Amino acid sequence: MKFLSKCYIGLIFLLLYTPIIVLIVFSFNESGSLAEFSGFSLMWYEELFNDEEALSSLMNSLILAISSSVIATVIGTFGALGLHRMKSKYVKGAVNAVTNIPMMNPDIVTGVSMMLLFVAVAAIIKSQSFFGFGTLLIAHVTFNLPYVLLSVMPRFKGLDKSLSEAAQDLGCTPARAFFMVELPEIIPGIISGLMLGFTMSLDDFVISHFVSSPDFQTLPLYVYNQTAHNVKFSMYALSALIVVIILIILLVVNFAGSVGQRKASKKRG
Amino acid sequence: MKRSIIIRALALSLTILCVLPALLLGLSGCSAEGGNGDTLTLYVYNWGEYISDGSEGCLDSNAAFEEWYYDTYGVKVKVNYSTFSSNESLYAKLSSGSVSYDVVVPSDYMIERLIAEDLLAPLNYDNIPLAKENLLPTFFGETSEHSDYDPGNVYSVPYMYGMIGIIYNTTMVAEDDPSLGSWKLMWDENHAGNILQFNNSRDAFGTAQYYLQLDVNSNSEDDWRTALDMLKKQKPILQGYVMDEIYNKMENGSAGIAAYYAGDYLAMYENNPDLEFFYPEEGTNLYVDAMCIPKAAKHKEVAERYINFMLSVDPAYGAPAIANAEYTYYASPNRMVVESEEYIEYMGEIKEDAYEKMYDTDAVKTSSYKNLSGEKLILINELWEELKSDVTVSAGIYVICGVIIGTLAILAIYFAVRKKKRSID
Amino acid sequence: MRKNSLFQKIAAAPHILWAVMFIVAPMIFVLYFAFTDAEGNFSFSNIASLSQYGNVFILSIAFALIATVVCLIIGYPLAYFMSRQSPRAQKILMVLVMLPMWCNLLIRTYALMALLDNGGLLNALLEKLGLHKLSIVGTNFGVILGMIYDFLPYMVLPIFTAMTKLDKRYIEASHDLGCNAFQTMTRVIMPLTVSGVISGITMVFVPSISTFYISQKLGAGKIDLVGDTIERLFQNPSTYNVGAAISLVMMVLILISIRIMNHFSDDERETSAPKSGKGGGIVP
Repeated sequence: MKFLSKCYIGLIFLLLYTPIIVLIVFSFNESGSLAEFSGFSLMWYEELFNDEEALSSLMNSLILAISSSVIATVIGTFGALGLHRMKSKYVKGAVNAVTNIPMMNPDIVTGVSMMLLFVAVAAIIKSQSFFGFGTLLIAHVTFNLPYVLLSVMPRFKGLDKSLSEAAQDLGCTPARAFFMVELPEIIPGIISGLMLGFTMSLDDFVISHFVSSPDFQTLPLYVYNQTAHNVKFSMYALSALIVVIILIILLVVNFAGSVGQRKASKKRG
Repeated sequence: MKRSIIIRALALSLTILCVLPALLLGLSGCSAEGGNGDTLTLYVYNWGEYISDGSEGCLDSNAAFEEWYYDTYGVKVKVNYSTFSSNESLYAKLSSGSVSYDVVVPSDYMIERLIAEDLLAPLNYDNIPLAKENLLPTFFGETSEHSDYDPGNVYSVPYMYGMIGIIYNTTMVAEDDPSLGSWKLMWDENHAGNILQFNNSRDAFGTAQYYLQLDVNSNSEDDWRTALDMLKKQKPILQGYVMDEIYNKMENGSAGIAAYYAGDYLAMYENNPDLEFFYPEEGTNLYVDAMCIPKAAKHKEVAERYINFMLSVDPAYGAPAIANAEYTYYASPNRMVVESEEYIEYMGEIKEDAYEKMYDTDAVKTSSYKNLSGEKLILINELWEELKSDVTVSAGIYVICGVIIGTLAILAIYFAVRKKKRSID
Repeated sequence: MRKNSLFQKIAAAPHILWAVMFIVAPMIFVLYFAFTDAEGNFSFSNIASLSQYGNVFILSIAFALIATVVCLIIGYPLAYFMSRQSPRAQKILMVLVMLPMWCNLLIRTYALMALLDNGGLLNALLEKLGLHKLSIVGTNFGVILGMIYDFLPYMVLPIFTAMTKLDKRYIEASHDLGCNAFQTMTRVIMPLTVSGVISGITMVFVPSISTFYISQKLGAGKIDLVGDTIERLFQNPSTYNVGAAISLVMMVLILISIRIMNHFSDDERETSAPKSGKGGGIVP
């Protein structure tokens, strides 16, 4: 039984990884063919690093992901504070439900709804170049908000109210009490919200597809445009790099952690 | 799941640590090149793979323009070059006004429409002196036969032209196949699953209209409906509707027959010498893609100089007109290109009869697309929607879903009964 | 009890303002476009014209349903077997499940298409072995395969998490009380992992029913799903209205099915796992 279950796990992962492995192997293929491996070469990697468009879209993606996750975290954290203190259950429920819409909705619906809003606004203010970084930022902040709220809200619920009250009794203003007493307590929630937002934003293609313009292209949009055209093999090199970097990071983080633990337990022992 | 968050946090900081230095290096490299001073950005919107881009040792036309502009006018220009894959998507961008471009390269019938809707700016030919000097009179000027879309070329300067033909793989289509030479090949059931059709309405309808000998600019709704029926008949034997994905699919032998633009055939042939090409005997489409400047352009003068530069064969800047023609393999309306020894030799190296295929086309029956009335455009859109949404749900799918839903229902009833039983206990 | 200060009162204001401007307002625009014609007059014609897309809807729902069920059938045993491995192996397997989720979906879909295409590696191999070529790209099977391949990790991860959270003593207790392995599975493990299954199902079903990239690549533009239709209609300003109507219908369909799913998980024992939404498996 144990053996069979191992076989099953092995088989599924083999199937799951075959395309990715093939992609990585053929990114070293000398000839631009996916059917035959003719010789080892790094030329596609060289071409990738000379491709200004790819590099600038990577940069754009990082800028967008950092700015949108930070903005969403700030707005969402204060939002969670306000909602937590709110008396009316209905308002609270309503705001919560509305914030969660982008999370429940398929991305494509969120994308087109924002596009319609921006198209209408652009028509009203007669702007010629309305789509771009601004619209992308707004869209990304919007779909990051529910994740921030989801990570921060539980922290507020677990908070001891008397702490903040004590701080205020000792002369803090409510704002100061929040920053000095409550904020440190909810930091882990804020960080996890930030992380989630960052990864969501970095990975998003569908929503960006509807609210972007060619002047500000993110990495997923670049990949999409590439795969809609005559695919250059540098695309394979790019994909292979992304896969390998993520794998290394995941492994290092996972096992560095356990090595640290083992070391600690050894010391104790 | 706390763990996974920590993993994410650490992973993230690691990524940033890895990536940021590389990016900063890259950026500082760029800015060092750029130097100080105001840089003006020129937005160019062109078809995909439609300009010499510096890959594999060819000229980077946009970079050459930037260099030329700085040398000539002492002003730094950065070309922001982006691409589209159909005239319709270009139109959507231009008409929605969501983005502004300085130079666009639509095809003939779309230029006609953009002019009619007042979206293009008339050109100042003082900034484009090479147009008159270099372009062939058949494509440019008062007397040209191929510029009905813009009589007198008030708004547009031809960039490339070409014709649609059928590409086929000789390992999949026999030499004596009776359908060769005709549009019939695209409807031949013997090749079911190996045929690719255009994924844009005008060209797809065009194939059916030429096959049926209908007017591609017909005013009669019946004509369009007849063409639609033809396309519906074709759908089951198609492998798919694609645009530029066709390169990979034809080159690696995933598909055997496809209608596409002549220039692109040569690009595919370079990677797969099994491919052959013909212009169908029933007639085919001749298109001209021309450079235009939208009304909303922010730098009209620079845009005009850009257009002029793309017509030049100045060897000091890599002869962009020749480089572009060599890169795209499309036919050039530029006399200096067509008569260039270097170019003729280059085409001969690609394929023995490449030059003849592109330019020796007097015997081919051609017509061009014209802009249609708004009413007809809506009709075509509707018919295209009808074609695309014409999917059949096979009996197998119904059966599988029936089994799934049935199983779910049985499970739900089973659990409901068990629950009830328990609550009675 | 202390009254809320001004600071606490206005703390949520930016959030609420943002939600109204960029979540509520876009939804209103979808509604507005769905119920007006190109000139902005009120009309039901968009909703009426949806009948044309009946088959597209049926096909999308069917594909998403099949993909979800197959993911569940493959993913549930996988998550179970994974949870029975040594902690170290579990860690590695967890990384292997998460890796595809971190990689961009476009890349994985494209890799799959390149592999399966008629001229791809799979068929080159088959040909070398003297076997018949398989046409997968451009068929229903290809699209469903793409969905399963892309979204399987989203099914495995939440179930796996629920499995690892499961108290081992329950299983021991059920053995002690005379359950055989099958009974332990159906009476103890399955009910206790329902929440993971529910979030897995939503995380596979919702993206499957709304995808357009998978059908574009693995369906070769021939098999149009709801996502493709919306994407195409939003490329042309004159068809925004019909596009909005389709989006509206799809949104309502999905929100209803999420509601029903959550109802199921409410029926069962309360667990701490999140119920639904794309963040389901990754949110703490």
